[in-house]
Amino acid sequence: MTDAGRGHRWRKFKNAAMLSLAGLAVLAAVVPLFMIFFYTLSRGIGSVNLDFFTQMPKPVGESGGGMANALAGSGILVGLGCLFGLPVGVMAGIYLAEFGQNRFGMVVRFMTDVMSGIPSIVVGVVAYILVVLPMGHFSALAGGVALALLMIPTVTRTTEEMLKLVPDSYREAALALGVQQWKASVRVILPAAMKGITTGLLLAIARAAGETAPLLFTALGNRFWSTDIGQPIASLTVIIFDYAKAPFEDWNRQAWAAAFVLIGLIFVVNLLFRYFTRDKYGRA
Amino acid sequence: MPKISTKNINAWFGKTRALRGISLDVPEKQVVAIIGPSGCGKSTFLRSLNRMHEVAGGTIEGKVLLDGEDAYALDPVVLRRRVGMVFQKPNPFPTMSVFDNVAAGLRLNGVRDKKRLAEVVEKSLRHAALWDEVKDSLDKSGVSLSGGQQQRLCIARTLAVNPEVILMDEPASALDPIATARIEELIHELKKEFTIVIVTHNMQQAARVSDFTAFLYLGELIEYDATTKLFTTPGNKQTEDYITGRFG
Repeated sequence: MTDAGRGHRWRKFKNAAMLSLAGLAVLAAVVPLFMIFFYTLSRGIGSVNLDFFTQMPKPVGESGGGMANALAGSGILVGLGCLFGLPVGVMAGIYLAEFGQNRFGMVVRFMTDVMSGIPSIVVGVVAYILVVLPMGHFSALAGGVALALLMIPTVTRTTEEMLKLVPDSYREAALALGVQQWKASVRVILPAAMKGITTGLLLAIARAAGETAPLLFTALGNRFWSTDIGQPIASLTVIIFDYAKAPFEDWNRQAWAAAFVLIGLIFVVNLLFRYFTRDKYGRA
Repeated sequence: MPKISTKNINAWFGKTRALRGISLDVPEKQVVAIIGPSGCGKSTFLRSLNRMHEVAGGTIEGKVLLDGEDAYALDPVVLRRRVGMVFQKPNPFPTMSVFDNVAAGLRLNGVRDKKRLAEVVEKSLRHAALWDEVKDSLDKSGVSLSGGQQQRLCIARTLAVNPEVILMDEPASALDPIATARIEELIHELKKEFTIVIVTHNMQQAARVSDFTAFLYLGELIEYDATTKLFTTPGNKQTEDYITGRFG
């Protein structure tokens, strides 16, 4: 066989080997996800019924009941987190991408990276000191602040990275029309980067929705219906935490149901968000 | 009085000097072509006229006069509305429709009046010889048009803010010959109302569209004269070598 033939075979072999490795890596990433999903589904689906969404938790000893208060509570907490966290994160990201090529920008960028690595329970303590202590009691507001603090670093950095991916030619076109720099950023560059930024927002929201630790000593939890953001409030994650470690069979089953519902909700929110922020010219 | 007049412009990118003492007058409602080999400073010169050179991080020395007034004393935002620019690669805003692209300059400067926007968009598209092709698809994406249409869309977008001068940076170099011919026809039409400075790689194009031609080499202005004169009896040996294709 000629040298060229041998080299060709060796290249083909290397190609096949790398492709298989990449395939294995995909499996390693996806299989646990499906395992978690199907296991939660098989354990939880039996206890998901209309009562689960509409009824309040029953007192200890009685079976049945639902988690209406925790569903509403999680919605309010994540909503507050978005309200405080998303504007700050997106605007910080715009600043870093468009005006952050200086020492201050470098410091902010570095601090943001450090902040995204802080354990969520520490963020909970910070919110406790910032909000719970001055107010004198636990509250949904404090929980919202804790979730916002967790969301800001992810949102900031994704926004910055996605804005930097927009070709300079659009920025130049806008500036050459006599448009102020900030307006070019917000009205031309930001929309062009929206799809990527949306992904970052979704990751941040999903992470916030799944957090338990920072809520334990901010929002606390509540066995009763409450939509008052000045008062302690229930959440799906904290109720999962309480019910999963409780010695009652019925509570354990409801914890599985809550876990399944939480995953399902994040899934649905993802789809809805993508649908409403999709490109109006239908590019995927 | 010349529309634009540069006095001894020097420009840098960091420590690299891109322009060496360029003084040149652009007469009103005429087309001035800037030619020269790659890297000679053509684009830098063009971009120094509307202060886009500094957007890319460059620095500049010397004076640029617009109607006899110091252009660098104006707010860059105001200057760029008077001195518009068309780029080498068509760059319609990707998230906007054909209509929104043309209206962008006005909208982003606060014009809300729907009737006025519609009028300006139609007038600009007609002016850019694109109206008949897109009048039924104004709400289609700007980037769904062909390359030549996209470039005329960008010209319409520039016209919509009603500039006095239009700078064109190799506006046809990414286009096929037919689309190029349309842009060249358009330049002939536009010079009735606007002063045009065009950078081009293509010497035939410079000869076809311009009234005056400037030859730049290594950041210096080698020769500047009426186009007919420069292409038939160049006064400088380097110009002659370049236009006869001996280098560049």
